[in-house]
Amino acid sequence: MILAIDSSLGSSVAVVDPATDEVRAQADSASPRGHAEVIGTLLERALDEAGVAPADITHVAAGMGPGPFTGLRIGIAAARAFATGRGIPVVPVVSHDAAALEHLAGDPTGAFAIVTDARRRENAVSTYSGLDDAGIPVRTGGPDLVPSSETRHIRRDEAESAGSEGISAISPHLGTTTSIAAGAVGILAARSIRAGRIPDIAEPLYLRAPDAKLPGPVKRVST
Amino acid sequence: MNRIEPLVLGIETSCDETGIGIVRGRTLLSNTIASSMDEHARYGGVVPEVAARAHLEALQPAIERAVAEAGVRLDELDAVAVTSGPGLAGALMVGVGAAKALALALGKPLYAVNHLVGHIAADIVTPETEPLEYPTIALLVSGGHTSLLHVRDLTSDVELLGETIDDAAGEAFDKVARILGLPYPGGPQIDRAAEGGDPAAIRFPRGLSRASDLERHRFDFSFSGLKTSVARWIEQREQAGDEVPTADVAASFREAVVDVLVTKALDACASRGVPRLLLGGGVIANRRLREVALARAAERDVTVRIPPLSLCTDNGAMIAALAAQLIASGREPSTLAFGADSTLPVTEIQVAEREAVTA
Ligand SMILES: [Zn+2]
Repeated sequence: MILAIDSSLGSSVAVVDPATDEVRAQADSASPRGHAEVIGTLLERALDEAGVAPADITHVAAGMGPGPFTGLRIGIAAARAFATGRGIPVVPVVSHDAAALEHLAGDPTGAFAIVTDARRRENAVSTYSGLDDAGIPVRTGGPDLVPSSETRHIRRDEAESAGSEGISAISPHLGTTTSIAAGAVGILAARSIRAGRIPDIAEPLYLRAPDAKLPGPVKRVST
Repeated sequence: MNRIEPLVLGIETSCDETGIGIVRGRTLLSNTIASSMDEHARYGGVVPEVAARAHLEALQPAIERAVAEAGVRLDELDAVAVTSGPGLAGALMVGVGAAKALALALGKPLYAVNHLVGHIAADIVTPETEPLEYPTIALLVSGGHTSLLHVRDLTSDVELLGETIDDAAGEAFDKVARILGLPYPGGPQIDRAAEGGDPAAIRFPRGLSRASDLERHRFDFSFSGLKTSVARWIEQREQAGDEVPTADVAASFREAVVDVLVTKALDACASRGVPRLLLGGGVIANRRLREVALARAAERDVTVRIPPLSLCTDNGAMIAALAAQLIASGREPSTLAFGADSTLPVTEIQVAEREAVTA
């Protein structure tokens, strides 16, 4: 069984059966804050509803973002700690890929973009084109940060014709994605394990350097 | 759960040290610390986002190292403990998220505890010492806090007597080091610069020590005015074309900090009739502070306890030790419904304690 955790937007925890890609249970909190408060309860609920004991978990899938730093880290910290506790591997997943997988379930063709709010008037954008033979969305670009003003008013046909080139010209005909389902994160992890292509993502997809100013010269205090 | 000598793993991420500690009752088995201090050096102080990122990277390897060093298996633990606050919110959350998941993965109870009270618990797992007697006054001094506590019982009765109203003492060392053109962290740098200097050369102000301040702030600290006063003194020297006697400035500044810390701590001992003083926090590494505290306490028949430095700086062993004491005193574990509380008051020794099930 795969335990999947994503806190890149809200908080989501799921248990996925890797033999069937069935989402056995998923527990969510939509709030973009309070990830540390809810993560334990969501883990407990997902395991409970799936009727699965921690000892039955063989892999932990972690949504690596992109997402606002503070919340994103909580899910990854929880995924790594759970895996350490059980002595099992962590399978990193790009959170946008999970949103793409859900979109492709309805329409498995065509190019499109997954856009999430990255705060500070920027969006995180990834572009996709269909599924590969392992059933994993083909990411043609991103995730990258794009000013919100450039991703707002463009239509679907433009998105499709822009292809993998200018992400900044592509738009969300899907609108902005506001939640990531851990179930989809878990399915992607199952597929990447089966395909023997576990992505090598060691660090969260912060997409931004930390806010830190180098100190200037010492200011005078005398007047 | 073994309530007499519980095996506890503690997770501490409130500032820039990722601390994982393992204790069995009062016995220290591992005190693993991964510090991101070097990454903050060029910024002249702890950058919260840099610290939080470093915690996430350090956590898993630190847990594995601690377990290996302690020679135990994770499934043997009786409980997991974590710092809920006070501290840097984003940094604390990494530890909270990890602790909840670790406890659930292992099916073990979780204890969410207070960082400052943890500093007091460091004394308990100090090797080869008799247990601390209560009550005691505790002076906790670091880059993040400067607090004076009256500890009547570690698990149930800790009172905040006073704390800094502006900079922490460690911050004052960092800021004055920068004024003197010395690198971060400032404590050891000031110590080195003060060598051969005269601590009585310049009479820098002792914050909140005038009679008019003592009424309201008898046990509070203030270091921001001291820092400004050092800067002004140096500027005046430079303006007059005189050389700045760095060793004298460093020694006199350090003396002002040490004097006010020790004076207020011993005043607390006297006013509460408590002949015991426990020191904690990273600034305790400062040798002059230890010397003055020991000498002046001896004159007043106050016994001073100083845990080894590795247990004075932020660490996970003190968090595990506090939880072990809470378990031994019969406290229930915390629920999963708590978060990081950057301003957690010292009176909240454990957060989100589950209600006892009555049969
Ligand atoms: Zn501390």
